[in-house]
Amino acid sequence: MTTAPRLELAGISKGFPGVRALKDVSLDVRSGEVLALVGENGAGKSTLMKILSGIYTRDAGRIYFDGVEVEVDSPLHAQEMGVSIIHQEMNLMPDLTVAQNIFIRREPRRGPFLSEAQLTRKTAELLGRLGIDLDPKQLVGELTIAKQQMVEIAKALSFNAKVLIMDEPTSALTDSEVETLFTLIEQLRARGTGIIYISHRMDEVRRLADRVTVLRDGEFIGTLEKAEIDIPTIIEMMVGRHIDENARPAAREHLGDPVVLKVEELRTRSLLKGVSFELHRGEILGFAGLMGAGRTETARAMIGADPRDGGTITVNGRAADIKQPADAVKLGIGYLSEDRKLLGLMLEQDVTFNTVLASLPGHANALGWMRDSQTKARAEEYVKALRIKTPSVTQTVKLLSGGNQQKVVIAKWLLRDCDVLIFDEPTRGIDVGAKEEIYQLLQRLAASGKSIIVISSELPEILRVANRIVVMANGQVVGTLRNEEASQKKIMELAAHGEEH
Amino acid sequence: MNAPTQSSTPVTDTNEPLEEGVGAATGQHNRRMRVRAFARRQMQQSLAFGTLAVLIAFFSIFGNNFFSWSNISGVLLATAVVAILALGTTFVIITGGIDLSIGTGMTMASVTTGVMVVNLGLPVWLGIVGGVATGAAMGLANGLNITFLKLPPFIATLAMMMIAQGLALIVSGIRPIYFSTAAPNFRQIALGTVVPGLPNAVLITVVVAVLAYLLLTKTVFGRYTFAIGSNEEATRLSGVNTRNWKIAIYTLSGVFTGTAGVVMASRLDSAQPQLGLGYELQAIAAVVIGGTSLLGGRGSMLGTVIGALIMSVLINGLRIMSIQTEWQNVVVGFVILIAVFSDSLRNRSRA
Repeated sequence: MTTAPRLELAGISKGFPGVRALKDVSLDVRSGEVLALVGENGAGKSTLMKILSGIYTRDAGRIYFDGVEVEVDSPLHAQEMGVSIIHQEMNLMPDLTVAQNIFIRREPRRGPFLSEAQLTRKTAELLGRLGIDLDPKQLVGELTIAKQQMVEIAKALSFNAKVLIMDEPTSALTDSEVETLFTLIEQLRARGTGIIYISHRMDEVRRLADRVTVLRDGEFIGTLEKAEIDIPTIIEMMVGRHIDENARPAAREHLGDPVVLKVEELRTRSLLKGVSFELHRGEILGFAGLMGAGRTETARAMIGADPRDGGTITVNGRAADIKQPADAVKLGIGYLSEDRKLLGLMLEQDVTFNTVLASLPGHANALGWMRDSQTKARAEEYVKALRIKTPSVTQTVKLLSGGNQQKVVIAKWLLRDCDVLIFDEPTRGIDVGAKEEIYQLLQRLAASGKSIIVISSELPEILRVANRIVVMANGQVVGTLRNEEASQKKIMELAAHGEEH
Repeated sequence: MNAPTQSSTPVTDTNEPLEEGVGAATGQHNRRMRVRAFARRQMQQSLAFGTLAVLIAFFSIFGNNFFSWSNISGVLLATAVVAILALGTTFVIITGGIDLSIGTGMTMASVTTGVMVVNLGLPVWLGIVGGVATGAAMGLANGLNITFLKLPPFIATLAMMMIAQGLALIVSGIRPIYFSTAAPNFRQIALGTVVPGLPNAVLITVVVAVLAYLLLTKTVFGRYTFAIGSNEEATRLSGVNTRNWKIAIYTLSGVFTGTAGVVMASRLDSAQPQLGLGYELQAIAAVVIGGTSLLGGRGSMLGTVIGALIMSVLINGLRIMSIQTEWQNVVVGFVILIAVFSDSLRNRSRA
């Protein structure tokens, strides 16, 4: 393709007090192509997009639209020019209808009154044109996340967007919803829309991208043409060093080791239909399956975070009566949620606070008086041991990177002396480079005698760390594989086959 | 748990030690970050403290007799009740909750003390215990309604506010209960002077404030209060029984309410069943002016005390300058706006 670029950014630089966020970054997107923009957290992707949409002003560089230099001074201006952004977190009003959301601020009127009929008609037209199957009159709050995203896209395109920017659009979607989104992206591409697609997920990049632009530490690393797209190369460009994607844990047999945790016939009203498995000492047990197969539900029901309908749990050979998370913690079972920021951390509090949260009574006297110097010392100890990168233990957790935040949660459970750790999506939102560090940490923990459950939607991750893999589908265990006999294909077959029943 | 795993030594890294250079370089940076974080955290408090100092200076210059001991001890006495209420409700607000029942709850407590001492002829100490227990019971009821019935704190305590208001009128027979004949010494609780020149009510407030401060900053109770306000579900998943702690927090706030009721009754030497409504808003205003976030997770007792003082200094000073009551309210309203606005400005710059 040698068509002229629709949108071109040249030599963009942007600094924040004390930080140089972008240094001389250039990229361009042509009509009818998907440009994947990749880079680790903090690489400058979001900053770049905020400059492009007029939220930030740049320090240097030029923006060309259809070859003409332009100034973008507000998101509205960008939209009118034909550049729309779909942000990670959606900006929709759940209590308004699809139509009302799309045409907010541009409501058709009849005299002084709103014309609901005209609004519905206009929306139906737009949706029809885009091939999106939605009822204009439905409340947005009633839609699935994927459908809400369709509304966002429709809204963006109602401005006749010529360039559409999508920031991690699949992070909250199920597999089938992702398919729907991809179909729509293909259609938009065929119609000549230029798309900048920001993502962490390499399989998506491989599938969608016509070209790939890589940023690292605010610098432009390079742009790969279609023929040059190769995942290991991209990862290497992102991280700045080589990472082996196909590593596996050292083959090790744990079946002879004592059973630490035994779950039998676990049931919940909504989903689980008799889940049973065993976890051995020092083992890493992976849980694979499609979205909605019941992996997170199993973990939450097990630790008493959600009500159980039936089933027994045996910890170290003794029947356990777990009614709430506090009971599970007393038995030494710690759960690290998939949603670290919402369910795992106190973002506004410091590292010490978060580290000692689960073990406060152990750091206080009988009257509940805290021994603060002791908690601080323990937090410092774990910061060192887990190599948490933070200026000090009084740093607010919000300011740490995803990988370091995850380590703080791990420290919390280690300090509580938990022997069973349940990791739900342990590397979600964590940079490719930092993932490997988390994997090695998991393996060190297991080697030191901790027993670990890893729930993950990323099969390479499961294969990288798990000794055995439990595959779930439809609220049931459909198979258990040893790492040596497992492959992505085998796991997917089991998971998909299970869904049919 | 069996298995004595290495609880004292976390899993240490055997392969790669920390790079030495990083450690050394972060030392200085480290200190600077800590100083900055401290300044940020203390900002609203220092702002409030500065405001208080400016107000005092202003009224000392422009108001006749403002800066006399008799007036200052009068201001402190007038602050006592609202301050005690505000201290108790600071705990609740830090959890992200709200308690609207503390004003009329305080009235209910003083009426209980009045009925026990005057109508039933019980000893004064029992009347005090009864008053404080009444406050605690209402706090407990709030806590149960919020946790077990899962009512929003606003609604649960709004209901309690009305229930307490009604009950106070019913129990008292809609008449003030005077202590002077049944217990002539009752007024000494608030108005006597253990420390010469300083009314006991002020002393009680100081003691209560110190207790609240220690409880909030030095104990497990306080730590969980912040944890719940920061992220309740994460706290629960960390194995903390958040339900019980919330009940305890509301009950404790009730104890403060009951204490305020006894102090109020003693100061007026009577239980006034018509009084009380509106005190909850003054208390909440004091908490907010003191920099505690209504969203939870952030706040301090020192701030609350300063907040309460700002309000009473302002009202007293304006009165001394012969500004009418109506205008006093207008000014206090603006002070609340400015205080909360400056706080949100600070948050915005931090985000």
